[in-house]
Amino acid sequence: MINMAEKEIKSIDQATNELLAKASKDGVNTVFDRAESTQPCPIGAAGSCCKNCAMGPCRIPAPRAEETPEEKLQRRGLCGATAETIAARNFIRMIAGGASAHSDHGRGVAELFLAVARGEAPGYEIKDEQKLLQVALDWGIEINDRSNNEIAIDIGNKALAAYGNQEGELLTVRKAPQKRQEIWRRQGIIPRGIDREIVEIMHRTHMGVDQDYHSLLKQGARAAIGDGWGGSMIATELQDILFGTPAPILGRANLGVLEQDQVNLIIHGHEPLLSEMIVAVAQEPEMIEAAKAKGAKGINIAGMCCTANEILMRHGVPIAGNFLQQELAIVTGVVEAMVVDVQCIMQALTTVAECYHTKIITTSPKGRIPGALHIEFDEHAALNSAREIVMAAIENFPNRKGNTYIPQIQSDQVAGFSYETVNYLLGGMFRASMRPLNDNIINGRIRGVAGVVGCNNARVKHNEAHIAMVKELIKNDVLVLTTGCNAIACAEAGLLLPEAATQYAGEGLASVCETVGIPPVIHMGSCVDNSRILIATAAMVKDGGLGEDISDLPVAGAAPEWMSEKAISIGQYFVASGVYTVFGVTWPTIGSKEVTDYLFKDMEQMYGGMWAFEPDPIKAAHMMIAHIDKKRKALGIDKARERVLFDMAMRQKLEAI
Amino acid sequence: MSKIIASAAIRGAHKIVDQTEKKWQEAMDKKGANQPVGFPNTAYYLPIIYGMLGTKVEKLGDMEQVLKKCKALLPPLVKETHHLPYLAPALDAGMATFFAEELLEAIRYMEHPDFYVTGEDPSVNNLWLGAADDVILRKRGVEFVDGTAPGFAAILGAAPTNEIAVKIAQECQEKNLYVFMAAETNGKRFSEQLHESGVQVGWPTRLVPFGPDVSATVFAMGFATRAAMSFGGIQPGEYRKILLYNKDRVFAFALPMGYVTEEWYANATGAINWGFPVIADTPIPEILPTGICTYEHVVSNIPHDQLIAKAVEVRGLKVTVSQIPIPVSYGPAFEGERVRGEDIYLECGGGRTPMVEWVSTKRMEEVEDGKVEVIGPEISDVTAGTKLPMAITVEVAGRQMQEDYEPILERQIHHLINYAQGVMHIGQRDIAWLRIGKQAVDKGFKIQHIGVILHAKLHQDFGRIFDKLQVKIYTESDKVDDIIQKARASYKLRDARIEGMTDEGVDTYYSCTLCQSFAPSHVCTVTPERTGLCGSYNWMDCKASFEINPTGPNQPIKKGELIDTRYGRWTGVDEFVQKASRGKIDHYYAYSIVMDPMTTCGCCECIAAVLPMCNGIMTVNREFTGDTPCGMKFTTLAGTIGGGLSTPGFVGHSKYNIAQRKYLIGDGGLLRMVWMPKMLKEEIRDRINTRAKEMGIDNFIDMIADETVGITEEAILPFLQEKNHPALAMDPILG
Repeated sequence: MINMAEKEIKSIDQATNELLAKASKDGVNTVFDRAESTQPCPIGAAGSCCKNCAMGPCRIPAPRAEETPEEKLQRRGLCGATAETIAARNFIRMIAGGASAHSDHGRGVAELFLAVARGEAPGYEIKDEQKLLQVALDWGIEINDRSNNEIAIDIGNKALAAYGNQEGELLTVRKAPQKRQEIWRRQGIIPRGIDREIVEIMHRTHMGVDQDYHSLLKQGARAAIGDGWGGSMIATELQDILFGTPAPILGRANLGVLEQDQVNLIIHGHEPLLSEMIVAVAQEPEMIEAAKAKGAKGINIAGMCCTANEILMRHGVPIAGNFLQQELAIVTGVVEAMVVDVQCIMQALTTVAECYHTKIITTSPKGRIPGALHIEFDEHAALNSAREIVMAAIENFPNRKGNTYIPQIQSDQVAGFSYETVNYLLGGMFRASMRPLNDNIINGRIRGVAGVVGCNNARVKHNEAHIAMVKELIKNDVLVLTTGCNAIACAEAGLLLPEAATQYAGEGLASVCETVGIPPVIHMGSCVDNSRILIATAAMVKDGGLGEDISDLPVAGAAPEWMSEKAISIGQYFVASGVYTVFGVTWPTIGSKEVTDYLFKDMEQMYGGMWAFEPDPIKAAHMMIAHIDKKRKALGIDKARERVLFDMAMRQKLEAI
Repeated sequence: MSKIIASAAIRGAHKIVDQTEKKWQEAMDKKGANQPVGFPNTAYYLPIIYGMLGTKVEKLGDMEQVLKKCKALLPPLVKETHHLPYLAPALDAGMATFFAEELLEAIRYMEHPDFYVTGEDPSVNNLWLGAADDVILRKRGVEFVDGTAPGFAAILGAAPTNEIAVKIAQECQEKNLYVFMAAETNGKRFSEQLHESGVQVGWPTRLVPFGPDVSATVFAMGFATRAAMSFGGIQPGEYRKILLYNKDRVFAFALPMGYVTEEWYANATGAINWGFPVIADTPIPEILPTGICTYEHVVSNIPHDQLIAKAVEVRGLKVTVSQIPIPVSYGPAFEGERVRGEDIYLECGGGRTPMVEWVSTKRMEEVEDGKVEVIGPEISDVTAGTKLPMAITVEVAGRQMQEDYEPILERQIHHLINYAQGVMHIGQRDIAWLRIGKQAVDKGFKIQHIGVILHAKLHQDFGRIFDKLQVKIYTESDKVDDIIQKARASYKLRDARIEGMTDEGVDTYYSCTLCQSFAPSHVCTVTPERTGLCGSYNWMDCKASFEINPTGPNQPIKKGELIDTRYGRWTGVDEFVQKASRGKIDHYYAYSIVMDPMTTCGCCECIAAVLPMCNGIMTVNREFTGDTPCGMKFTTLAGTIGGGLSTPGFVGHSKYNIAQRKYLIGDGGLLRMVWMPKMLKEEIRDRINTRAKEMGIDNFIDMIADETVGITEEAILPFLQEKNHPALAMDPILG
């Protein structure tokens, strides 16, 4: 009986469970219900199903027992594609899907950026001049006495050109440490253009093209680098220039941020382009008046998924929840409108909304849902689009049905940690650097750094693996950098508060957190903002004392509740950048031992980083810690250091600053 | 940062900035924006503000922009729960605190010009020294450069008792550290505690009473900031470099003694920007993780008897204390101490009695190592106020010993004796002068201990060039007279030998890179006819120094092939300089100011500059604080060309070098000299006239203009024409 009850608890989050109970009472079917009624296809899950031509789909499940070479030879698709080829093709098609999503997001930002620079997008402006100049320097764009807009036009053009670049090396990979670039060059995986590598994946995986899993997986790495060090990085950099580089800010998280007596408007999806405008417009007196005229006390904007992270980081807008909470926000019955753009938006939203008064408003020409209201975002008249959307929400306020319930559960959180901010926070205006981080890694107060990121997955208990892993890591003095839905899970669990350091972190990490005044888990933004983690690791290398390359650093990555193709692309660019990366839930290549070994073992020889799979979050955390310890040992920082006392002779040998 | 510290520091910074703004507004109302403000005799304006921001505060009105910067830096107060990160805001608040306090102190200088004493010593009724002027900065800064002072302790407040204060001060002195004092605890101040206990305070004893208030901390921080600019060659406004320079090279720390107020916390977090940690005697929160400082940032609750040892460890400093078996404290910090009037127990020399010091080389069997004999009356045989004749003879023997090293060893006697607490020594050779104070005698100091000191220290520092050393000290008239005759004969021989040495006569020069601890690209080449620009090292000193420490800062340079006879350039020197400057400098000319001259560190005694209109050169010594015809004061010159640069038109040199034969000989030599400060002319008058006579001009010193003639080229040119100065007839100096 106890086990049954345990099983029925879908989330470690109380608000989620309360609303699931309400959904059940209201007769609403959610992803949690569907996860029970619809089982995953075991052959597809193992990466052993090929449906790339009409002779198939060919299903070649892995044998239950060890097979003879003859048996293995026979286990092929009609065209003769082996389990290796099929698993590798499926794997890198996931990368293509993920990389295209991030990169297309970046393209959208770049297009808006260019329009802003040309004065064709009223309502937007360049907010962070310093970052504009920094990016111009990084990309070799002339500054002199040119105006911000002139420089921005060059930046916008270069960003867009990076997508269609056909030869040579992608401009933005220069941000990586020299040694890392050399490794990529040697392996032949520096992307030429962001789009080109994705298209090439589609070509190579077409029936009868690349049928060597080694070369398929290399192309996967190449496209993934084009995501992390390309498309995603462009998205982050240009968003920072347009909307401001995030700085520490206090925010809130969980469904309790919804307000009974206000117009609730949820912004869900990924791109901040429109949501920035909605946040601005909702503060206009005319809008607030309009809301009051409808009987509401005001307008409450809340975020969902990565859009939430974007507007939290820059404006402190509260977060209603992460991926698996999107339907539940509607189940409260108090959401007037949910505005969506792209990625991770469940089609079921419109079905759920039918039971309540909520309007689902699609805004991207790329993402339409039957049954939703479509108000297309026009970047040239963004304020108008935003006002129309906010008005639609206000108009809907009187239509609420009686059955409303808001769980009184929310947590505070401190967010807004861009790389630039972290650099400042570690030394102030006059001594900003990564030195204190490196120093405390070297002296062992901080054992290492982990990037824990990624989605929710309805196949496992909501947020459970996220929180278990993060707590285990910080308990063992590993500083956690987080983005995406993991960040929201951590916020809901109270881990993004400075007080969490004394409560959950090991003594060493806690002492550093106390020194800097930071939480033990650092919220760095949305999933394209994983590029911030890459830049932070490159800066750690540059600051010295921890080796010459990212693969020398005592760091690891994880996505304990991953589900999207974007997660695979992110994981692959971390691995290709030299980071040991552990995924939970399920592994999409177990249909081929060779491919899996290649990803889990051979890649370490090639890139210094490799994949791993472990559904148990505690075990996974300890795999990461073991890797961190291995790197510490290699760096010779596994032992306590002698205190060096300087005399004059040693001072004379110091290099000039 | 600990939350408690950050919260308090930010509150303290707000208070100090608010207070400053009020003070400034009042001053503006009274005096107006054009009222000049600044610290006395410095080219660095308000040095922290100048160093960090590059802003020159010259008038009251200039303070407005600094106050604006303070406001921009001041973060909001730290919230009780769910606070935002506070380390960076607290460090910024600390910086704003220093900016504001500098403004406060500058306003004080304007309103009460006599609040602080000028010079190195307190006056009878005023203890407070205020901002170190540039003369003090250079003189004392050199000690930081050459390692005689590894750093400083910035003490805030007061010790629980005067005895503890004296003990802590003495421990710092024994470790060669400067003590910079400010602020009060319950109405008591550390400097007053020392003063009340009869301890001599002031720059000469390294116990510096900067001021009565916490804001006087900026004088310590300003000193450190100027050290980076004047010796490190870092430009104003290069805040990051200045701060890292201090973190790496200036081994300072803060010692808050007693209750730590919010204002103190604000100052302490400011100091952390410079890499100076805080070691407290009270149980304040600690900050152990590293990063801004080299090791811990704040360590607290340290018992007074462990305070300095802990501070030195936390700062990452290695101090070698020489233990000399004598009954008084011993170290460079006691060098500047005076013994006067009623305090004198025994006096020798100084014109009152005959006195001489003489080092001579003996055969091995003639010397019994460590033997110290006092021949004649000892201190215990005489009463207070006695005057005795004295001859100190040091006899050395060893396989490496050469007669050339005798004067080098002999020159050490002055400071080695002076390092003893309560003992004062002036002069050398047969003009030496010694005073032993009553306090030293009370502690058991005897004449014999002079021998003990000389044996121990000379062995320690020069042990590689001799094997055995014995000391005989005579205090009987006839024996002293006898020694004086012998010594004088020896001095004459030595002088003649040194005079005769030429650059052409040797195949090896010596480098000096001692100052690379502060000026990383600086390389001095010391030749027989060009002593080091600091005046401390001649060719023979460097040779001995190399013998003593073969991997040290003085290395032999094989001249190699002569590239340029006139201007003095050799292949071997170029190669050496390129290597030793870590590739920053690939050549220089030894005998020129016009062609790429030798590099200049901040330690030079004089700086010469080309005066094109007069077709000559001028030079100015460190002690001269006035304007010069090149348009810059010494300190501005040193700030501009120091730091290891080779700057055509300017070069640093020693005083002695001016009358050496190779002095800028490629450009025409000494006869190019058209202007010098009067004090410098007087100091080396005879040597200049002698050398000029050699070059065919009689009474040359009177042809050289000084500040009484003028301090512009226009003003001195008629004088030169009237005197028919030889430079006017030479080829144009800027060919």
